[in-house]
Amino acid sequence: MVWVNAVVQGILLGGLFALFATGLSLAFGVMRFVNLAHGDVAIAAAFLCMSVSEALGWNPLVSLVVVLPVSFVVGYVLQRLVFDRTVGVDPAFQIVTTFGLSVVLQNLIYEKYTADSQGLDVKALETAGFEVNSTITIGWLPLMTLIAAVVVLSALALFMKRTRTGRAFRATSDDPEAARLMGIDIRRVWAVAMALAFVTVALAGVLYGARSSFDPFVGPARLIYAFEAVIIGGLGSLWGTLIGGIVLGVAQAIGRQVNPQWGELAGHAVFLAVLVVRPTGLFGKGQLR
Amino acid sequence: MSTVTIQRGTWTSRVFLAAASVVVGVLAFMPVWGEAGTQRKMIELFTLIAVAQMWNLLAGFAGLVSVGQQAFVGLGAYAMVAFINVQGLDLYLSVPLSAVAVAVISVPIAFVAFRLRGSYFAIGTWVIAEVVSLVILQQNSLGAGNGVSIDVKGSDLETRQNVTYWLALVVGAGAVLLAYLILRSRLGLQMQAIRDNEGGAKGLGANIYRTRFIVWVVAAFWTGLAGAVFYLANLRVQPKDSFSVANWVAPIVVIVVIGGIGTIEGPIIGALLYYFLRDYFKEYETWYLIGSGVAAVLAALYMQPGLWGLVKRRFGIDLFPIRRRLVRSAE
Repeated sequence: MVWVNAVVQGILLGGLFALFATGLSLAFGVMRFVNLAHGDVAIAAAFLCMSVSEALGWNPLVSLVVVLPVSFVVGYVLQRLVFDRTVGVDPAFQIVTTFGLSVVLQNLIYEKYTADSQGLDVKALETAGFEVNSTITIGWLPLMTLIAAVVVLSALALFMKRTRTGRAFRATSDDPEAARLMGIDIRRVWAVAMALAFVTVALAGVLYGARSSFDPFVGPARLIYAFEAVIIGGLGSLWGTLIGGIVLGVAQAIGRQVNPQWGELAGHAVFLAVLVVRPTGLFGKGQLR
Repeated sequence: MSTVTIQRGTWTSRVFLAAASVVVGVLAFMPVWGEAGTQRKMIELFTLIAVAQMWNLLAGFAGLVSVGQQAFVGLGAYAMVAFINVQGLDLYLSVPLSAVAVAVISVPIAFVAFRLRGSYFAIGTWVIAEVVSLVILQQNSLGAGNGVSIDVKGSDLETRQNVTYWLALVVGAGAVLLAYLILRSRLGLQMQAIRDNEGGAKGLGANIYRTRFIVWVVAAFWTGLAGAVFYLANLRVQPKDSFSVANWVAPIVVIVVIGGIGTIEGPIIGALLYYFLRDYFKEYETWYLIGSGVAAVLAALYMQPGLWGLVKRRFGIDLFPIRRRLVRSAE
């Protein structure tokens, strides 16, 4: 039964990984852009949420009504002012720019909040859950996170499929030049895509901060898990990202069940195995870039 | 009648080569004229130059932007600990042996990492470096999470300090020379052709995978060597220090991008600037890191390739001529 529990907890954890990975997957899908500061953006959102909650006396989950719009605006502006300049040049500059941003973000947060571990106080919700049987307890917060991941991914999929802007996203993804000739403002498409990526990763950061402690330097590990979820699921597939997150979560949970020190390693091992055996991921169609 | 000849060295580059040899010569005698403290500080500078030059070779010339070079620094250090503490080998013999060990380990890493491209290659190398550090972290014989001190019993302190310094000088100056020789060679020509136009280079017979693979292993070897020498001077190896992105990747990226990516001169200028400014601003360490990160981003966006690019455009000089110029000369 402990193994069933490990799988259940792994699936729930996978929801969080998938939520972290959504923005990475979206930005890559729409504009082949990878933000190495993705994890740091999540942590910055968690710190922002903490400050907003303390200042206004709100529950951190309520503070999302401030954090998410701010993230949208920051993502939009950052894409317009900074990231746009790295599209279409040597990819090295894209990597250097976002890696530099990661260093700057970590140290700015450190300067303001010190290196102390923080947590978002969501009151009773942090530990609340319901018992399925004597060994399996499902926490409300992890369950909410998994549901949030499914809802966000479904909403994004619908948005891409049904709306006019979503169609522009897909057209820009397939061929930016042709999309531009058809009258699509591709710079606006990119900016909206980055804004949405920031919103989803900010949500992930806040939900992460509500269940575990965080400090200014835990962002890169979030980026790595998100990246593994994207690759396991397959590049360019939003649903693949959800499955990828869950596979990673289950691998880590089972690894941890075998030996408390092997959780992360087990996740990395599954990622490397997928990379070697099936480099396009479980649901990927396109080739790797 | 005029003929066309291929020119490589220029008058400036020859004068510079002579001057650089003198500087390295003077530095080699530092144990005679310098203080032990300065000598120790120089070891860090030489290590930075070496790791930066190798990262530049990968990122600036081979299209391999790695965020996983800390794996090779850490592996170099830990291989040396294994040779000295566990196997009981000679201190100085262990240094090159460690570099060989790192090069061997870099081969399977290449097989996995080379499946990814561009930004994904960057994160992929980062993940692999994480895996390497997690594995080392679980080796009790190597001190696990607490780290380990290098067993230097029976070695004379002054000899050790001097030999370590000379090794570091070889690592730093050798990295520059190595990059220069590689870039002048047939392999270097292929690297630059691939960088400038992958499809075109392939059409003309460049083997992209093989070229990148060789550069990768060479860079791993020399980065491992730098790691071994740095931690031989440090005497204590800790996983969170030797496998740290903040120690071994962030400064290197800043150094190379500000100095001039894709030039041999850039990493040297960048390392000198970074190193001495850091000393100058040591009371404001966090702000220095923030400032250097912002400077790197600005340099990447607006000033490529870096400071050396400015100098080159302005004065048209090449201290390390790696291009082949066609010169029309009267016979």
